Amino acid sequence: MNALAKTVTVNGVQSATLAPDLLHFVAELTSRNLTSTGQPADGSRLGVAVAVNSAVIPRSEWSGWELTEGDDIELVTAVQGG
Amino acid sequence: MDLSTTLSADALVIDGIPLNSRLIMGTGGAPSMEGLSEALAASGTELTTVAMRRYTPETGASLFQLLHSQGIRILPNTAGCFTAREAVLTAELGREALETNWVKLEVIADEHTLLPDSLELVEAAETLVSRGFTVFAYTNDDPVLALRLEQLGAAVVMPLGAPIGTGLGILNPHNIELIVSRAGVPIVLDAGIGTASDAAFAMELGCDAVLLATAVTRAQDPVAMAAAFRHAVLAGRLASRAGRIPKREHALASSPHDGRADL
Repeated sequence: MNALAKTVTVNGVQSATLAPDLLHFVAELTSRNLTSTGQPADGSRLGVAVAVNSAVIPRSEWSGWELTEGDDIELVTAVQGG
Repeated sequence: MDLSTTLSADALVIDGIPLNSRLIMGTGGAPSMEGLSEALAASGTELTTVAMRRYTPETGASLFQLLHSQGIRILPNTAGCFTAREAVLTAELGREALETNWVKLEVIADEHTLLPDSLELVEAAETLVSRGFTVFAYTNDDPVLALRLEQLGAAVVMPLGAPIGTGLGILNPHNIELIVSRAGVPIVLDAGIGTASDAAFAMELGCDAVLLATAVTRAQDPVAMAAAFRHAVLAGRLASRAGRIPKREHALASSPHDGRADL
């Protein structure tokens, strides 16, 4: 494993990442090209939210938000529900 | 006022947003995304609930994109939360993911009854109101609690007709009527609806709207049932405003007594 890789937990599963910040990590997980505001570069809307260690991180703060070894990340979206 | 004016001037306004349909659809229980899309269209709904769950690469954010493309406003819920803490965090995730301050606040006591936990509900509602959310509070059909939720800032109070998914209809119409009669915010009958007449009844009791999911998504023909509810909600709304006749102990002929032939 690359020495710069960090191990974090994403939706309950351990994963190693080289992403420099949360913005790049979310882009990686969703396979979307994101601008620094956390929205897709194609003008559509992403429709996901992120919590790190049980605190919601607004998309405007993803850029520059460095991941820490052992972070517990939840990535959620809308699913069918009453 | 003619009928078309009556209908067009009858939007339900929440937080300054007019909703021309008084049927709020839940998306839960639909076997396929295509079927859900068709049922939503047939229902005429302009507001629909979703749950917040872990992202998977397989489904992505497809429901969000579907609702967005159908022009339907999204009401994220806090389904599956048992504590105020979980519900507040889930509401914040919904706000961030779906870019709306609106939240259907649902704090459940246990898996068996799925009934709201009133204490956790009140605590979560207070917190969410203070954080700028437009709270749609899902509650027991308790007139006292309904008023308390309004007083602490809920934008909409949503008493249940019967437990979630039971289709038992409105078990305590007297309570619903009492809640409506004292409310200064919109009252939405949520949960327990089984068929079209239940929705019409809710509206006749004076509710401002009806929220349902299972009754459509698990019907044998969801599209037909969605259309049935669309008409039922409209019928109930019109009836509630049209002034029903008083109930009487004895019959009252509608044909004239005078002028009968001597047979």
